[in-house]
Amino acid sequence: MAFDQNSKRIFKVVGSRPPRPDGVEKVTGRALYGADMTAPGMLSGAILRSPHAHARIVSIDTSAAEALQGVKAVVTSADFGVPDDEFLRDVQDNCMARGKVLYHGHALGAVAATSAAVAKQALALIVVDYEILPHVTDVDAAMRPDAPVVQEGRSLENVGPGLSQNVTSYCEFGHGDLDAGFDQADLIISRSFKTAATHQGYIEPHACLASLSADGRGDLWCCTQGQFFVRTLCAGILGIEASQLRVTASEIGGGFGGKTTVFIEPVALTLARKSGRPVKIVMSREEVFKATGPTVSSSMDIKIGMTREGRITAAQAQLRYQGGAFPCGTVEMGAQAAFAAYDLAAVQTQGWNVLTNRPKEAAYRAPGAPMAIYAVESVVDELCQQLALDPLAVRLMNAAQKGTLSSYGPTFDDIGLRATLEAAQAHPHYSAPLRPNQGRGLSCGFWFNFGGNTCVSLNINTDGTVGITEGNPDIGGSRASISLMAAEELGIPYDKVRTIVADTSSLGYNDVTDGSRVTFSVGLATIEAARSAIKVMCGRAARIWGIEEDAVIWEDGCAKPAGPNAGAFPPMSLAEIAAVSANTGGPIAGHFEVNADGAGVSFGVHLADVEVDPETGATKVLRYTVFQDAGKAVHPDYVEGQMQGGAVQGIGWALNEEYIYGADGRLQNAGFLDYRTPVASDLPNIDTVILEIPNPGHPYGVRGVGETPIVPPLAALSNAVSRAIGVRLNELPMSPPKVLGAIMQRG
Amino acid sequence: MKTIQISTTVNGDALETLCAPDETLLDVLRNRLGLTGVKEGCGTGDCGACSVTLDGRLVCSCLVLGVEADGAHIGTVEGLADHDHLHPLQRHFIDGAALQCGICTPGILVAAKALLDRNPDPSESEIRYWLAGNLCRCTGYDKIIKAVQSAAAEMRSA
Repeated sequence: MAFDQNSKRIFKVVGSRPPRPDGVEKVTGRALYGADMTAPGMLSGAILRSPHAHARIVSIDTSAAEALQGVKAVVTSADFGVPDDEFLRDVQDNCMARGKVLYHGHALGAVAATSAAVAKQALALIVVDYEILPHVTDVDAAMRPDAPVVQEGRSLENVGPGLSQNVTSYCEFGHGDLDAGFDQADLIISRSFKTAATHQGYIEPHACLASLSADGRGDLWCCTQGQFFVRTLCAGILGIEASQLRVTASEIGGGFGGKTTVFIEPVALTLARKSGRPVKIVMSREEVFKATGPTVSSSMDIKIGMTREGRITAAQAQLRYQGGAFPCGTVEMGAQAAFAAYDLAAVQTQGWNVLTNRPKEAAYRAPGAPMAIYAVESVVDELCQQLALDPLAVRLMNAAQKGTLSSYGPTFDDIGLRATLEAAQAHPHYSAPLRPNQGRGLSCGFWFNFGGNTCVSLNINTDGTVGITEGNPDIGGSRASISLMAAEELGIPYDKVRTIVADTSSLGYNDVTDGSRVTFSVGLATIEAARSAIKVMCGRAARIWGIEEDAVIWEDGCAKPAGPNAGAFPPMSLAEIAAVSANTGGPIAGHFEVNADGAGVSFGVHLADVEVDPETGATKVLRYTVFQDAGKAVHPDYVEGQMQGGAVQGIGWALNEEYIYGADGRLQNAGFLDYRTPVASDLPNIDTVILEIPNPGHPYGVRGVGETPIVPPLAALSNAVSRAIGVRLNELPMSPPKVLGAIMQRG
Repeated sequence: MKTIQISTTVNGDALETLCAPDETLLDVLRNRLGLTGVKEGCGTGDCGACSVTLDGRLVCSCLVLGVEADGAHIGTVEGLADHDHLHPLQRHFIDGAALQCGICTPGILVAAKALLDRNPDPSESEIRYWLAGNLCRCTGYDKIIKAVQSAAAEMRSA
């Protein structure tokens, strides 16, 4: 869907900041989230989880649990089939362990009972005989040939020899002659980095309410980023037809990628089928940390060569990501994203995905990119420091632009990196003075963005209002942005449009709310649906006027006679045409279905000022500015919100957040007290600068904005702290003891 | 466990309910009284999503027993608006885009109101420290702080 080239378009409502349509419900407590739904006769479900990091399940005896008064069903893997499809089998095995438990917190049984208290009692009555197996949780340890094997036979052929079976896949990207490139360098720096696994940290735990009748008809209410994908997974696991399972997405209390799969939903459906009653499961926060989410942890080696003027001559990255107990493809994203910001003659990235005894990795905002770009941007900053070069000038000198052959293959179209860097350079933040123990860091960030399968229906109501039916849960204001685009295209006020998120029985397939795709892709489909409704409305006006359909144009929310008939009839508004639609051919609607491409990559640059307390090693963020290309900011408040929220998640990743495992392979910090996400008093205001370099692949030039902002904070903070203390740091999070240790070593 | 009858006033309404001796106020409000605007994010007093007032004091309802509500006045997000008239904090949260997913919003609104009841003119730093017990994962807090400031300014000038 090409950018409307004719349009040096003056937008009327797109770009304004009206109140979001779901605002009142959400500030009054009326909005219904995953745990807020009930059903008559509903049972409480609860899940039994492994206390061990790795063990064979010798036997499970559920008889005492089943005998407990109030227990209506108990299930284990024996109540599930074994899907032929490997991906589906992994999803199911993660929801309900089969044969082995693969990580601390892995589900292996579940009960449904008349109350939560009885369900909890019943869990304690399930007797499991475990044969404890050796475990591994560190990525480098898991790659060694003598490491405990998490799953046998999952390694692809492209993994080289000499590595453990835990290494499941290998990838490689790049171009040019590395040796020649490094030969041209005046300075080459090689460094190794490690980043901890972090959790998406959505405040709403996973929750669902399932019913499934004996005839195979089911209903599922759940908090998810994608009800259609939930249907695909659950129907596959349960062996029922997609048409018979209606999945309704509740309001969603944060996802950030972590609610793009299923954990409890197939279990609740299986319990509902076995008990013949609706079953509700709500995870505790401890369960959320132990058995959902996290992102990968990483170990990385980076080598970059630079001339003394600041031109990068060659760049190389080796990335090792562990994605928990099941194969993942996350390192491919990191390997492609690592050097995306640079125009390089010689570049190579290699990546290895690795199994460990940790929870199955789930997507987290720009999955795979933040850690790789953290490592690259740290080395670029160190090169700048050693060569006494301005780090922004060096980025500009090497920046990718339109026509650049990217490090991962494609040649870039219009991109906003250079404009974003120039905006950062011109901003007063970049030249503000710093005091002792303070440092300033910067980093570029990048995300591919995605389009994908999308359906939108748009109905013209007879009172002149418009209803839009779309299929992507609203995770941060998308109903508002979609309503704005419909209003813009139709030429009617924003408050005449109502956008709803449909269940899976009310609309065709929509991909998950991920890849920063919704404002781009659903927006595009909405604009096209509006255009098809406009065509119908022009036809109706033509019929009323008795002229040819193509002699009617749509302008300012009205059909107008054009060409030889211009001015012959007074314009008819949308409301006027809608009011008489019953007499001119019936209801008026537009719809559009697409597998959208052309999402348009997104670049951002972050500036961070920090002060490090030399006594404690604690880091305080003093000032933070986000610069990002949004293509076209449809609702700038929510674009800023994405930039601010992503930045703060990245700040948490950089400074505090990490999964901590003991020597016994157990997770030691499964709660918000010990897994420390940023709180209001940790932070300054997060300033934002939106740039608008139109995406050639969208009629209004929109690019996704949601993921890029989590990418730069890791290196921006690390570079700022490193400059503040005069020691280069190469491990995240930069918790106070680590920073203090570095200060002490410096002397 | 035998249930206990409690009499409590919630958002000005006198209510009677049964609750188990080990049942939290959060569960009583959500499961017995249908006040699902009160959210559970952690159950351990770390996230603030379940913030309510108990006789005017800001508490995490997951850390209070239901029986402690006997004879007490409870305030929840459902009581902030006066019928169809939103509280200034609610209006400024919508107008200032201070919510994205909205799950933390009820607790933050209750906490912010408790702050403004005590201190009608808090500094940015006072707001940030008062709300440090309310986690938000979407917004980075920026627009929340600004919405509280603008609501406070409007309330002072009213």
